[in-house]
Amino acid sequence: MNRVLATRLSRLAQYGFLSLLFGFIATPMLVIVVFSFDANRFPTIPWGGFSLQWHRAILDDPMIRNAFLNSMLVGLGTAVLSTVLGFAAAYIDFRYRFRLKLPFVLLVAVPPAVPATILGMAMLAFLSRIGLFGRLETVMACHVAIATSFAMAIIRLRLNDLSRDLEPAAWNLGASPAAALIHVVLPFCKPALVASFFLSAAVSFDEFLIAWFVGGVHETLPVRILNLLQGQVNPKINAIGTVVLVISVALVLIAQRFTGVRAGRRPTPEGE
Amino acid sequence: MKTPFIALDQLDKRYPDHHAVKSIDLDIDAGEFIAIMGPSGCGKSTTLRLIAGLDEPTGGEIRIGGDSMRGVPAFQRNTPMVWQSLALFPFLTVAENVAFPLRMQKVGAAERRKRALEWLDRLGLASMAERNIAQLSGGQRQRVAIARALVTEPSVLLLDEPLSALDAHLRVRMQTELSRLHRELGITFVYVTHAQSEAFALADRIVIMSEGHIQQVGRPQDVYRAPANAFVAEFMGMNNLVRGEVRGSRDGLLDITGAVGDFRVPATAARPQGSRGDFVIAADRIALAADGEGLPGTVLGLEFVGSTQTVFVEIEGGAEFRVQKQQHEIEALNLVPGRKVKLSWNPEHAWLLPLPGQMH
Repeated sequence: MNRVLATRLSRLAQYGFLSLLFGFIATPMLVIVVFSFDANRFPTIPWGGFSLQWHRAILDDPMIRNAFLNSMLVGLGTAVLSTVLGFAAAYIDFRYRFRLKLPFVLLVAVPPAVPATILGMAMLAFLSRIGLFGRLETVMACHVAIATSFAMAIIRLRLNDLSRDLEPAAWNLGASPAAALIHVVLPFCKPALVASFFLSAAVSFDEFLIAWFVGGVHETLPVRILNLLQGQVNPKINAIGTVVLVISVALVLIAQRFTGVRAGRRPTPEGE
Repeated sequence: MKTPFIALDQLDKRYPDHHAVKSIDLDIDAGEFIAIMGPSGCGKSTTLRLIAGLDEPTGGEIRIGGDSMRGVPAFQRNTPMVWQSLALFPFLTVAENVAFPLRMQKVGAAERRKRALEWLDRLGLASMAERNIAQLSGGQRQRVAIARALVTEPSVLLLDEPLSALDAHLRVRMQTELSRLHRELGITFVYVTHAQSEAFALADRIVIMSEGHIQQVGRPQDVYRAPANAFVAEFMGMNNLVRGEVRGSRDGLLDITGAVGDFRVPATAARPQGSRGDFVIAADRIALAADGEGLPGTVLGLEFVGSTQTVFVEIEGGAEFRVQKQQHEIEALNLVPGRKVKLSWNPEHAWLLPLPGQMH
């Protein structure tokens, strides 16, 4: 009986600890969401009643609208380019053997490991020298450099499960190497491609430091938020925060849906 | 002379660390069912991959229907293969898998679906067309792989150990199925296997390979009864190899002295006194008796092989013989381990191994 009790207590302690942890992480975000619908100008208790005015206010702010549009553009571009490049890098790593493969893979994998401040500064110094500083495309290029390594990791993992016989089998059945890539490898990787598309978009959408360093006058949404905070305390912050939060969480959830990592589910094994 | 449908001419394949196929020559006739056998690593699968164009030979040439395959990529050969791993496309349905080769040939959607369904029907899978591969049993997947390989109506089908993943019962059923398909289609089957039972049940001719060389090519019964060398004799499993030396000859039989006794063996070619006289005697040709004339030995143990049993007998002098007997014979002789027996056989049934380099 004692053992049962101990198990129960241990389980209770585990759940308690987890709840505290998640509470610690989630509460600040929840506060932002709650107060974004508050009629009061300053987040105070008691709540001043439900209101959409701050959400409306961010819609009316041309700078925020512009920053939002910039973020969407950069995010979409990053998602497309990172997925394409990530697939190419993963496929090269999967299919071919060559001498400089290790440096090649490291080159793709390393950017996220570099502290963002250093990466941002380096990018700034490099880009201003070659005259590409302060353009939206530049922000996108920097985001692609970071997001591609995530994309490659996801797609490479999927390719691990691609039977080595599948591509030769396609050739054997009359598919040219290009046709085999399109009709066998790509469909097989589809879940990973979708996942890396959304994850890359999320990486770009959330990224602040590099966008701040190299964007110049072109602000993305996170940059706009910081600039807004540096001015005065503005209730619009909560509304923007809520929008950013919803979009980021949605992107990551979609990505997760396709990588197959979901709670309580294992990938079904091949076979009966 | 009739030109062979598939000709391997001095075919050679060297990998950086391994010489897989060593200058082999082989002619395969149109419509033939040929089995390539050998232990793992003997080069049989590499040979098949070379025919399919999945590997580039490092020497020699392959001709199919008289045309050299040099420089012809795999996807232009129409030499479909049934893979050991089956290599079905997991993201396609059964019908889409079977239709894949047609899709690659740019056959229209309606037409390719119709033809895929015809083949599924032919292999008894009509009701499975819309299923996912993961929902099929091992035997059903096997059939999908065969249907997919045959849907373009090729003139040759390559099979790489296709039945090795199936259980014994299914394997026999699939053998029957393959045999039927071969008879109905009349196309060439090249079948790689390490299982003697499959090769014997299916093939018109058997190719025995070892260490990249072809050891023997012949009809199953010839390879079994008249192995070309000690490797083939031992690979066939149910042969007893006796090493000896030629002492002389009389009445068309050679006198041979071995480590365990003196024997008489039919001479297939003149052989001088003092030369090597290794011969084989098949396990099912040996008679066992409690006493009388014959080679004395002791029963070591028994092993069931279907309705027959293999009796392992140790001969005085150390050699081990295998003798195949029906259950009732074993009971009649009360063959238990430790029992003394006499082995004898009709000298005509012994097979003298040719000397190296000697042709039959």
